[in-house]
Amino acid sequence: MSTAIGMASRRVQARTRGGSLGLLRSTGIAGLVSAAVIAVATVLAVFGPLVAPYNPDLPSLGQAFIGPTGAHILGFDFEGRDVLSRLLAGAQSSMIGPLAVVAGAMALGTLIAVVTAWRQGPVDTVVSSGLDILFAFPGILLAVLAAAIFGAGLTAASVALAIAYMPYVARVLRGAALRERGQPYVAALEVQGASGTSICLRHIIPNMLPLIVAQATIMFGWAMVDLAAISFLGLGVQPPTPNWGVMISENEPGILQGYPLPALAAGLCIVGVVIAFNVLGERLFEQAQAASR
Amino acid sequence: MRWRFLARRLLMLIASLLIASFVIFGALYLAPGNPISALSGGRALPSASLRVLEARYHLNQPFFAQYWYWLENALHGNLGISITLQENVSSVIAARMWTTGGLVLYASLIILVFGIGSGVIAALRPGVADTSVLVSTSISAALPSFVAAIVLITVFSVKLGWFPALGNGTGFWSSVRHFTLPAIALAISSLAIVARVTRAAVREEADREHVQTAISRGIPMRQVVRRHILRNAAIPITTVSGITIASLIAVAAVVETAFSLNGLGAYLVQAAESKDLAVVQGISLVLVTAFVLINAVVDVLYAVLDPRVALGSRAQ
Repeated sequence: MSTAIGMASRRVQARTRGGSLGLLRSTGIAGLVSAAVIAVATVLAVFGPLVAPYNPDLPSLGQAFIGPTGAHILGFDFEGRDVLSRLLAGAQSSMIGPLAVVAGAMALGTLIAVVTAWRQGPVDTVVSSGLDILFAFPGILLAVLAAAIFGAGLTAASVALAIAYMPYVARVLRGAALRERGQPYVAALEVQGASGTSICLRHIIPNMLPLIVAQATIMFGWAMVDLAAISFLGLGVQPPTPNWGVMISENEPGILQGYPLPALAAGLCIVGVVIAFNVLGERLFEQAQAASR
Repeated sequence: MRWRFLARRLLMLIASLLIASFVIFGALYLAPGNPISALSGGRALPSASLRVLEARYHLNQPFFAQYWYWLENALHGNLGISITLQENVSSVIAARMWTTGGLVLYASLIILVFGIGSGVIAALRPGVADTSVLVSTSISAALPSFVAAIVLITVFSVKLGWFPALGNGTGFWSSVRHFTLPAIALAISSLAIVARVTRAAVREEADREHVQTAISRGIPMRQVVRRHILRNAAIPITTVSGITIASLIAVAAVVETAFSLNGLGAYLVQAAESKDLAVVQGISLVLVTAFVLINAVVDVLYAVLDPRVALGSRAQ
């Protein structure tokens, strides 16, 4: 049984050796579609404001909440701005926040995981129980607190969420780092006189990379939901900057007036991208676990 | 023994609460400017009010003494005064607590009944039931509460008119009607997660040898499911239900804002916007305490369901 799993994992490794393209191919159709959605969202995050057919910030109140016409296929929002243009331009502020959160949480969490797994002993005990206590703060609550102190904005919210997510990353990766620490090759390198830093940086972290990538992918989805929620509450991205979370809250009155299209379109963008990150992240996670067995 | 596990968990609970309260209090000093300007939210106050604030927060004393006074006051239910409402923070919280509590309770009920129910059905009936649960949960797991809120309002209150879109309602049945859509919006993504974990846990147990043995001995399927499968699957189900329900406390702020409910979370957000720091601190403290308490209860329940957990802590 265990040899069968070993062979299967070796096959996965062999397949994934073809670089990131090979890795994607082994995630199946759902993984490929998800990766495509993520790619489109990323391209829009960079070029969205350029491809927007109309000025996303220019209000013309006479057209407020007017439905789709030939040239404006998604109609107008509460200030008479073109909804499609705002969606395209809004990709930027909707994607950059989660990126910052994931980068911060992953960097800090990986560092803590590797250091505690390497040192073990009292350092590990103290840091691990400290992380358990940090779990006491739900991400959204910490972000609201940060907004109250530093003022509403994407920066305060992103920093708060990165801190709130960090213990989770550290906990997941610490197990993997401990497993890696116990491998014979690490002992062999130590005997050869390699320093702890170089073993961690050149061997342990590269070997954990599949798990780190999978964790980062799943976390991007969470960060997107939480940041959109904070922007929806008015404590994140500030209007008139186009943003999917802000678009839902500013067009909410339209729902009660029987014109839900702008709010629903923004919601659909968020859900679509989040599903893509969840599906791809889960596939990558399964692969990382199969490979580490 | 079990007592040692309980004592350890209690110690961790107290440490969590102390550190969380310390962070909430320390927010006063993280804010740009001095604590007085943080408390007044940058408003110009008459000098008499400034003196009251100074005395209330013991600002002329060392930092840790100030924290201690604040914590002692908080434990006595005295959380300061709202700058914008000119009202006691404690009485503001007491008035709004039941909205948030009721909403979270209603959502928890939905999660437990439909999440566990659909998970068990999906696990025991492969085929159409299983596939439909899998597909619907993978979509609803990615559905943020505020997106669920606008979809529910669009369909069930604007198009169909079955439920009111906004507000608290008066009287019990009116409140239940007003809270139904918010509770569904709050529950929906957690429900999907609970359903998925339940399905996996039940399926794993059902494949175990002792279950096959029980079936081959001719024990009725109902009894096998209840006694042999569900009891063992209860451990992961309890954990995931507890964790997701605890997380509802923070997300409730989003749902309350979307449905204009008069709850703690919605008020927390308004206070953060108007920089009414005493209110933000008070509500954060209440919400974090509830969150930490629920998590502790889940851990203890976990040890009761699975005695190996408490035993394992002795071996460490």
